Amino acid sequence: MTSLQFDIAHLLAGGMLVLSLLLLYQDRILATLNVFALQAIVLSLAVAWQAYVQGAMHLMVTALIALVVKGFVIPAALNRIVYRLGIHREIEQVIGAGPTMLTGLGLIALSILLVMPVNVGVTALAREDLAFALAVILLGLLMMITRRNAVTQIVGFMSLENGLILAATGARGMPLVVEISVAFSILIAFSVFGIFVFRIRERFDTVDLAALDRFRSERSTLQ
Amino acid sequence: MTSPLTYLLAIPAAATLLLGLIAHYRIGALLNVLASGATLVAAVALLFADRVRTDIFIIDDFNIYLVILTAFVGFTTSIFSATYIGHELEIGKLTPVFLRFYHALYQAMMAAMNLALVSNNVGLLWVGVEVATLSTVMMVGIYRTPEAIEAAWKYFILGSVGIALAFFGTILIYLVAQPVIGEGLPAMAWDLLLRNGAAFDAKLLSLAFVFLLVGYGTKIGLAPFHAWLPDAHAEGPTPISAVLSGLLLNVALYALLRFKMLLAAHPDTLNVGAIMIALGLISLIFSGFMLYRRRDIKRLFAYSSIEHMGIMTFAFGMGGPLANFAGLLHMTLHSLIKSAIFFAVGHIAQVKGTQRISQIRGLSVTHPVLAVGLALGVIAIAGLPPFGMFLSEFMLVTSSFARQPLLALVLVAGLLIAFGALVLRMQDVLFGEPNGPAGGVKASYIPLFVHLALALMAGLWLPEPMVNWFRAVAAQLG
Repeated sequence: MTSLQFDIAHLLAGGMLVLSLLLLYQDRILATLNVFALQAIVLSLAVAWQAYVQGAMHLMVTALIALVVKGFVIPAALNRIVYRLGIHREIEQVIGAGPTMLTGLGLIALSILLVMPVNVGVTALAREDLAFALAVILLGLLMMITRRNAVTQIVGFMSLENGLILAATGARGMPLVVEISVAFSILIAFSVFGIFVFRIRERFDTVDLAALDRFRSERSTLQ
Repeated sequence: MTSPLTYLLAIPAAATLLLGLIAHYRIGALLNVLASGATLVAAVALLFADRVRTDIFIIDDFNIYLVILTAFVGFTTSIFSATYIGHELEIGKLTPVFLRFYHALYQAMMAAMNLALVSNNVGLLWVGVEVATLSTVMMVGIYRTPEAIEAAWKYFILGSVGIALAFFGTILIYLVAQPVIGEGLPAMAWDLLLRNGAAFDAKLLSLAFVFLLVGYGTKIGLAPFHAWLPDAHAEGPTPISAVLSGLLLNVALYALLRFKMLLAAHPDTLNVGAIMIALGLISLIFSGFMLYRRRDIKRLFAYSSIEHMGIMTFAFGMGGPLANFAGLLHMTLHSLIKSAIFFAVGHIAQVKGTQRISQIRGLSVTHPVLAVGLALGVIAIAGLPPFGMFLSEFMLVTSSFARQPLLALVLVAGLLIAFGALVLRMQDVLFGEPNGPAGGVKASYIPLFVHLALALMAGLWLPEPMVNWFRAVAAQLG
């Protein structure tokens, strides 16, 4: 592997991490969706680059799935849901941007400390990709914890899953990656579908606002 | 390819598609029972067929008994489900459209669990657990009440994070194996991993296990990661609570044990046993105390499941032939007894029209047969003789006293706390001032009492081949 190939892989994985950090402090839902779409596009580039470098052309399928499904279809679907729910102006944050970012930095440091010392038999690229991927995963997890809204929770989960795909494609010659990325897409489709069916149908089937309020208040007492 | 393994996977998969098309609930329920029965036959036939071993599938001593157990409980639960669901349809809690989904998902879950159990490929194992989780999520939310949706959402989010972390662990396992075994499918085949385990990088292997432990531990319902479990048990249909507790938790534990065996084969890795002991004891003590404050009867037994998964995790963490034997026996008996309890609880909640413990009283007067079933189930799950769980808990306690007396004290304390809670809660339910309507129960008692009879038999007399079997697996577990 030439150093240029290495640098480009690095750049793309690093770009995903930066976008993960950006995701953490977005307080508008639509902005969150846009940043996520951008991360998915960078992921597809990173996967495509890995496919080219490793000469594993089947990974192009994974790249394509990431680009089409997570870069465009899902953000568009979520966008629609957000508008229909009327929460596109909403601002939500459980803990402030400062503490969240600091925790995020701590998690990045943690993933570097965890993965970097491991080097027996693993190539430098795989190792550093793994550190990036773990950081993206942990930041996605952090995002899921700090958000209350179902839509942004799903975005957190999808960003976590971007990290997983990055890790899986970085592992040279790993079998079933394409199949698993398809399985993950189904999982995500289910979750978006879940928001839609479980949360929205109930609200839109009835025009009785009192019923909706009752539903909401029951939900809040349950949490 | 006509090995029983093919049928084991193909029957439930085909039934999933077929049941998705059948609108009539009686035919659907009947077909569900038939498909589960056929799967059970295929599972038992595995005993007599040649052992399969490819890079994708494996049948060995460890998973064959779990496959049979899963198919058996799946079959009895489908019988229970037929009567249970019939009643739900009558009172209008479910509509026929959703029932179609319900039956299809039931078979999808069985297929996924079988896939997880028989796969040799650690990636495929993960896929099986994921699909089984997804199908149960859908079933938990099937009543579409706000509580059910809340429970399904919580289960979905926590379950997804769990499986995501488990997947990262799986990638790490591949990375650790790839330099030794080479690229491609063999580097994910569990038996090859085990054989080459000693050459792996200890640090990376330990790191992988931590992710797998948290990931699959979420699915097992171990204490800090258990939050989804009581909700999912309480809000979904009761047959699903029975298979969740009886089977899905086992499958997740099975997955974790497979990886534990990998680490045990390597001298320099993390002390996995200690972590599992700690998680097990935390789950046991925590759920023991939580049992006292439960108001919902299904939630009560859900916490009891956390308690028992804690006991099993503790047993496997202790390791050694005796503790492993106890753990395996406990796993089997917990599946049988807990699903039997949920069968009884399901019918009880239906005849009383509520799941609140305070409103279910005096069952011994109003519904004596169900009361006997529940009472026997509670006696069995509390680990009292003559039921088999007494044997497994006794073995575990004595073997831990011999090795780690302090830990054994904590274990005994946890067992007693949980026992007290169950006795306290069940008094009113069984012998309190009777309330509500008497009689009028359309129940299928056969699954309930068959399970209890098996648990009783295990306590009085374990068949010789079974003892040898467990012994062999316990030795394999290390």
